[in-house]
Amino acid sequence: MVEVQAESPGKGRLPVTAGALRLSAAAPERMTSLAPYKGQAAALSGAMQAAHGMGWPKPGRMTGRKGARAMWFGREMALLIGPEPDPGLAAHAAIVDQSDAWAVLVLEGPEAAQVLARLCPLDLRDQVFKRGHVARTEVAHMAGAIARMGADNWRIMVFRSMTGTLIHEAETAMRRVAARRNSPV
Amino acid sequence: MRVAGKGLIDRACPVAFHFDGRAYEGFAGDTLASALLANGVRMVARSFKYHRPRGVMTAGSEEPNALVTLGLGAAQEPNLRATTVELHEGLWARSQNRWPTLGFDLLAANDLLAPFLGAGFYYKTFMWPRAFWERVYEPVIRRAAGLGALSGEAAQDRYERAFAHCDLLVIGGGPAGLMAARAAAEAGADVILAEEDMRLGGRLLAESEEVGGVPAVEWVAEIASELAAMPNVRIMTRMAVTGAYDQGTYGALERLAPDVADRAHAPKGAFWRIVARRTVLAAGALERPVAFAGNDRPGVMMAGAVRAYLNRWGVAPGQSTVVFGNNDSAHRTVADLQKAGVHVAALVDSRHYARCDLDVAFYAGAQVCGTAGRRGLEAVTIATTKGEERIAADCLAVSGGWNPSVHLACHMGARPVWDADRLAFLPPEGAVPGQRAAGAAAGEFSTRACLESGLAEGLRVVAELGLKAPEISVPSAGDAAYDIFPLWQVPGKGRAWLDFQNDVTVKDVQLSARENFRSVEHMKRYTTQGMAPDQGKNSNVNALAVLADATGRGIPETGTTTFRPPYVPVPIAAMGAGAIGKGFAPERLTTSHDESVVRGAPMIEAGLWYRPSYFPRKGESHWRQSCDREVTMVRGCVGVCDVSTLGKIDIQGPDAARFLDFVYTNMFSTLREGRVRYGLMLREDGHVMDDGTCARLGERHYLMTTTTAAAGQVMRHLEFVAQVLRPGWDVRMVSVTEQWAQFAVAGPQARDLLNGLLDAPIDDAGFPFMACGPVRVGGVAGRLFRISFSGEHAYEIAVPARYGAALFRELVARAEAMGGGAYGMEALNVLRIEKGFITHAEIHGRVTAYDIGMQGMMSAKKDFVGKPAASRVGLMDPERERLVGLKPVGAVKELLPGAHLFDESAETVSANDQGYITSACYSPTLGHVIGQAFLRRGPERIGERVRMVDHLRGTETLCEVTGVVQYDADGGRLRG
Repeated sequence: MVEVQAESPGKGRLPVTAGALRLSAAAPERMTSLAPYKGQAAALSGAMQAAHGMGWPKPGRMTGRKGARAMWFGREMALLIGPEPDPGLAAHAAIVDQSDAWAVLVLEGPEAAQVLARLCPLDLRDQVFKRGHVARTEVAHMAGAIARMGADNWRIMVFRSMTGTLIHEAETAMRRVAARRNSPV
Repeated sequence: MRVAGKGLIDRACPVAFHFDGRAYEGFAGDTLASALLANGVRMVARSFKYHRPRGVMTAGSEEPNALVTLGLGAAQEPNLRATTVELHEGLWARSQNRWPTLGFDLLAANDLLAPFLGAGFYYKTFMWPRAFWERVYEPVIRRAAGLGALSGEAAQDRYERAFAHCDLLVIGGGPAGLMAARAAAEAGADVILAEEDMRLGGRLLAESEEVGGVPAVEWVAEIASELAAMPNVRIMTRMAVTGAYDQGTYGALERLAPDVADRAHAPKGAFWRIVARRTVLAAGALERPVAFAGNDRPGVMMAGAVRAYLNRWGVAPGQSTVVFGNNDSAHRTVADLQKAGVHVAALVDSRHYARCDLDVAFYAGAQVCGTAGRRGLEAVTIATTKGEERIAADCLAVSGGWNPSVHLACHMGARPVWDADRLAFLPPEGAVPGQRAAGAAAGEFSTRACLESGLAEGLRVVAELGLKAPEISVPSAGDAAYDIFPLWQVPGKGRAWLDFQNDVTVKDVQLSARENFRSVEHMKRYTTQGMAPDQGKNSNVNALAVLADATGRGIPETGTTTFRPPYVPVPIAAMGAGAIGKGFAPERLTTSHDESVVRGAPMIEAGLWYRPSYFPRKGESHWRQSCDREVTMVRGCVGVCDVSTLGKIDIQGPDAARFLDFVYTNMFSTLREGRVRYGLMLREDGHVMDDGTCARLGERHYLMTTTTAAAGQVMRHLEFVAQVLRPGWDVRMVSVTEQWAQFAVAGPQARDLLNGLLDAPIDDAGFPFMACGPVRVGGVAGRLFRISFSGEHAYEIAVPARYGAALFRELVARAEAMGGGAYGMEALNVLRIEKGFITHAEIHGRVTAYDIGMQGMMSAKKDFVGKPAASRVGLMDPERERLVGLKPVGAVKELLPGAHLFDESAETVSANDQGYITSACYSPTLGHVIGQAFLRRGPERIGERVRMVDHLRGTETLCEVTGVVQYDADGGRLRG
């Protein structure tokens, strides 16, 4: 039998560091888009709760915890991240494997928000965009998503084919932010 | 020269720099302007039109004269204001607009011609001969008049773009801005304090005064450190807010400190977009000059600037100074100079009622009416009631009053409001939602009033944000009245400058009025007043006062010109930061990209995607050789091609089938599970939008493919149909283009190749033409579609993208072992033209299903998007240009896409146009060139001859009209 090896997006180009900033590939996880059929949102949420321990996320939010999350992903859509979707969910929602469609990168470091300020026009201040928040947004002239996993820990998602561009843009911004450290005021 | 014991410079830290090749020394904290003045350099520039000697006039970003060029080569940056250039070690600055040198400028001859070079002279002078304007006059004029020059080399991308958000944006870090920021910050608001200068303090840095019982500079330092320590405050110095836009958005240009900008990877500056819930405009005020004869000589400066150089930089711009003004700040200048031990030759106060306690030669009700000196000021002539008097002086400090910086309050269309008491335009209230003015920008001209107004506006913001007001008191500070008496111009002979940067004088404005350019906007265009990089910061109010006088109107009736962003010049490199090279547009790379590049394939752009053009092999020196081989390979053996870029849309739901019936012209509800069908999609206007295959994966589950080019458009269209046209239907769709890597395996040996790979082999009975189904490759779950864009027995195999690279390598290696290999876009195109398949070269947006011969696919049994519009009169007219095949039969064996078709004997003019060629290629299979074309009554003319004429490339040939399908018309090969 032939052997086909898997390759991660951004293979050979990650991680990238600049000062205390680090950009790396997130550990690969199963990602499934869930789109509830008409009138099925509540039933889907219940089924998700029963099978995976988290309910349907509100717009711009994530539910669940590490290893099993639901991430709002647009109009009437969420990504189930982590588990294989329970077959029972199919009664309530269109279920599509998206594990390979998106590159998921992790941006960490105390100045990560400053890097994002160079990639994304959204208001990502601590009091506005908290842990567990997510947005579908522009990321360095690409359509992507940004999620906040912790105070200085973010996930950036773009189409897999654009991983190289995201690394280029993020690395440029990271170096510039790092170079500005301790600027006089 | 320096004045001992004065200034905020670090005298322990000398800084070496060069100006026009000469070495000088200044101190840390200097600007280029202050360091040049300290070194006694008075002439720093030549003027725009007359090439007159010019010196530093102001101490801020409004500087009209002292423009310099920094850097060399691609890094050359022209028109920087010496007053805002921070002095740093190794700085090399050059003067501009002079030849050969600043001291000896041949074009200074223009000054002698001044009587002929007034406003609008070139409109009148260079009328004849007409053709001379573009070729002779304009180049000469442009060469003679000008500012700095660009290098002509591509700019180095050293800027960045960034976004910031806050509750309150305070524009200006002077006394008003500091108080507003403090009030909001202490209440807990998120504050950005933007200051154009390299340090906070505004006018307080330039004056000698006390705030809260301590020297103002100490008070500034204290409040600045308090603010800096607060986590909710972001102090951004060197940040000029350049424009006010909708929704509380502001543009701002940040320059980095020179030592930071020099660091590896550091940007030189940043263009910010700041979004603020509220804004306090505390941008201060700019001192305006007075128009009198010879007021442009080096040594004539703004009085406030003289104080700034003295108090902030410890520099006396002259050894003997005359001070001239129409308000009390002139007196303040004299006091500061005398206290520092600098000689003041006279105080000339145009107010007849003025009094003076200072020990100085004092002239009330007098005016400066002239100056003398060659490359700098040597003497000043004053007109008193007793006659004229000449006073020796090398510096003349002038104050004509203060203009509040209302620009950012007027960027959304409103005009400022004239205040007759203060003789100043004030910001219009509410003209920019969420923005309020404070301090001098609002017309408050005493320090105490600025502090009070800053606090008041800060507290209003606090209340509006729903925060609790903090307890803050206003510190004690000077509260002298601003006593001003009108004085715009001093009458008399000689040229009196209004706009120093564009060399516009009082006479030019008067001439404009005489020649009936009386509106302020017309005057601006006729004289160019206010059109230089400083946008008339120094000159606008004076110019319109002169215009008002010349037209017999008041200042408010005359009005101002429109205020537009940017407030200070912004390099295009800053606004477009990042959009260069790899940053210009995202790159979409397929999983086979690296392998294709390794194999030497030139990559071509298809939208944002990169696709291999062809795969050259040893001995092939021309793309046609590779392309012909690849076509022959597919026709005779097997080829592999990455088709992942085609759009893939997963469609599910109880109404999925009828949804597809509605968006496609043909039926999909009748498609069996495990089968694929070709579909055609129209826009609502009845023209073809896209085509592609659609597979039925389950009863309620379809997978649509789109062309690469229209993937986004189709997805948007489907969302529109689902959300707007058929909102009641239960259907869900999501793009899976990126989830799957998909490869075409085409050729007579395609199945043999696949069967060597698939975990379970397929055969014709189990997998006939247009079948689809799940397969496994090396244990990986994939999908197989028996579809063909080449006309051969062919498949497309899809696996999750992570396996794409490995599968492509495996497929190509196996194909090569069988005598086949990878093929690129060129071969793909030849294969499809041979078979008469279409791409967006044919369905370019202006063709109907009828035009491409697919009217039979427009189902009569159902409604579909575009159906009513497609049945309009004329859209099924046989006279239309309709798709056919072509082959050349004349002497020239060539077909050119874009070339037009004519009847064999007709004159080849547009009136006789019969159609045009959309695609053409050499077919190695048929041994000659073939093409596709839209031709009037095309399908009725098969076998006829038409002429192809390419007027652009000058090529012409005779063609025979053929059927669209030029190879294997009965499709035997693809059913294999």
